[in-house]
Amino acid sequence: MISFRLLKDRIARGGMLSVTLSVGVILFLVVAGLLVKSWPILSLKPLSSLLFSSAWRPNHGEFGFLPFLLGTIWVTAVAIVIAVPLCLLSAVYFSEYAPRLIRELSRPLVDVLAGIPSVVYGLWGVLVIVPLINGQIAPFFGSYSTGYCVLAGGAVLAIMIFPVIIHVSVEVFRSVPGEVREASLALGATRFQTVKFVVLRRALPGIIAAVVLGVSRAFGETMAVLMVAGNVPIIPRGIFDPAYPLPALIANNYGEMLSIPLYDSALLFASLVLFVVVIFFIVVSRLILKRIQARIE
Amino acid sequence: MNGRRIEEGVFQGLMIASTLIIFLTLGMIIATVVAEGLPALSLQMITQTPQGGYYLGKEGGVLNAILGSLFLAGGASLLALVMSLPVVLYLNVYSHPRSPLSRFTRFSLDVLWGVPSIVYGAFGFTLMIALGLKASLLAGILTVALLVLPIMCRAMDEVMRMSPPELAEASYSLGATRLETALHILSRQCLPGIVTAVLLAFGRGIGDAASVILTAGFTDALPTSLLRPAATLPLAVFFQLGTPIPEVRERAYASALILTLLILLISLLSRLLARKFTRHVVR
Repeated sequence: MISFRLLKDRIARGGMLSVTLSVGVILFLVVAGLLVKSWPILSLKPLSSLLFSSAWRPNHGEFGFLPFLLGTIWVTAVAIVIAVPLCLLSAVYFSEYAPRLIRELSRPLVDVLAGIPSVVYGLWGVLVIVPLINGQIAPFFGSYSTGYCVLAGGAVLAIMIFPVIIHVSVEVFRSVPGEVREASLALGATRFQTVKFVVLRRALPGIIAAVVLGVSRAFGETMAVLMVAGNVPIIPRGIFDPAYPLPALIANNYGEMLSIPLYDSALLFASLVLFVVVIFFIVVSRLILKRIQARIE
Repeated sequence: MNGRRIEEGVFQGLMIASTLIIFLTLGMIIATVVAEGLPALSLQMITQTPQGGYYLGKEGGVLNAILGSLFLAGGASLLALVMSLPVVLYLNVYSHPRSPLSRFTRFSLDVLWGVPSIVYGAFGFTLMIALGLKASLLAGILTVALLVLPIMCRAMDEVMRMSPPELAEASYSLGATRLETALHILSRQCLPGIVTAVLLAFGRGIGDAASVILTAGFTDALPTSLLRPAATLPLAVFFQLGTPIPEVRERAYASALILTLLILLISLLSRLLARKFTRHVVR
């Protein structure tokens, strides 16, 4: 006869195990759910025509996702070009140069930036970035833009991925042992030479992981981009053209979704594509970071 | 010799400039929201629901969205807490840290953490239809719970892994079972972390729009039933900003200010509460 306390322990163990298992399968559940719902369109059209056709006429049953895919790639690329240099320079500053007081400030800065909701970023983009592009930046380059364009989407996204990239890179820089820096400085290298030849070289895989995480964030961000990117379903030709990224398409059509045949299936297929791409990026960056962590331990 | 000095100076300058740009952007975002939102903010905004002709600039406020967001984020955080507490306790008390199950669970939580909220929205939409629900507060709560679950699990797991092993060992040596150790020792030791995790998830849930746009719907009425649609603050900002009428657009700014203030309040609260609960913590 086992005691009541041990019995309770066993029951709790079983209960917790089953909750843990069910959380573990959520990932597969999401894939399965999206796959089942996008099956109607996948069984009717070949994958290549869905992904590489630019004909978007849902009323006529034509669903070409190319403009949306390229729209997403354009805004993400612009965001990365803006965010990566700024974030790396400031992450180096925070971890290698900054006095203690400023170093302590980096944590709340990242937390507050990460906590601001995406609608607020979008609102700020509409109020500040869009008029700036319309009034100053586009005319400066001799072209016209309403302001709702790839550049606006990219700029807002860049700010939204600051916290991810800064946080991960600072952690990675911190994982580089202090002795290597001291050895380099003792050989007469300047502080920046130490950063360039020793710290950055050791931290390179981690920096790549940070950037990849940033890409995955930017790829799936919805509301802020929806508010500033213009949402015209054509392939953008430059940074002053409007774009219609994939997440914006999904969020914007919640109304018509059920009234046009195959439309809901097409939108869930879009979510599936987004999901697969983002998961690929996350898995890559996690594998790199895991390896770094293993090296430290 | 001189080239090295110049390089050092140039790059230090660039680093300081980048850091300043990042701090200034944050400052500018908050300043813009406050400057545009404050003039439009009134008592009416936070105590009334939209009246007739609200979206043409007439009387009313966004109480429906404030309450809707609080209920939605509150319900989702509660649901996620009920799900994630057993998971992190199991991972940290019962299972071996290197066992395939705990490695897989941690990895899948890492992946889920990065899944965009619009994908959760689309999945929540499918789930909602499969369960025979319509766009409602309940469907929104389920979707947002899925979104915040990995955030909460990871935050709690990180704190529990930091807990000194001697503490649990002392408890076992006195004859306590694993369950008793989990509930009376580990949970209490990690209480500040648990509170922070819940508030982090709450803040994330209240600010997210993409996951609720497909599942919670929008309504001018106060949220009174789990099975009816519920308004949310981020969507209130989005919809009001989409109209051409200046008065309504100004209310979008005010709603954004309310949302930002709520989130700053939550992060302040989490710092204060975490400090308060540290009195149970053994160092």
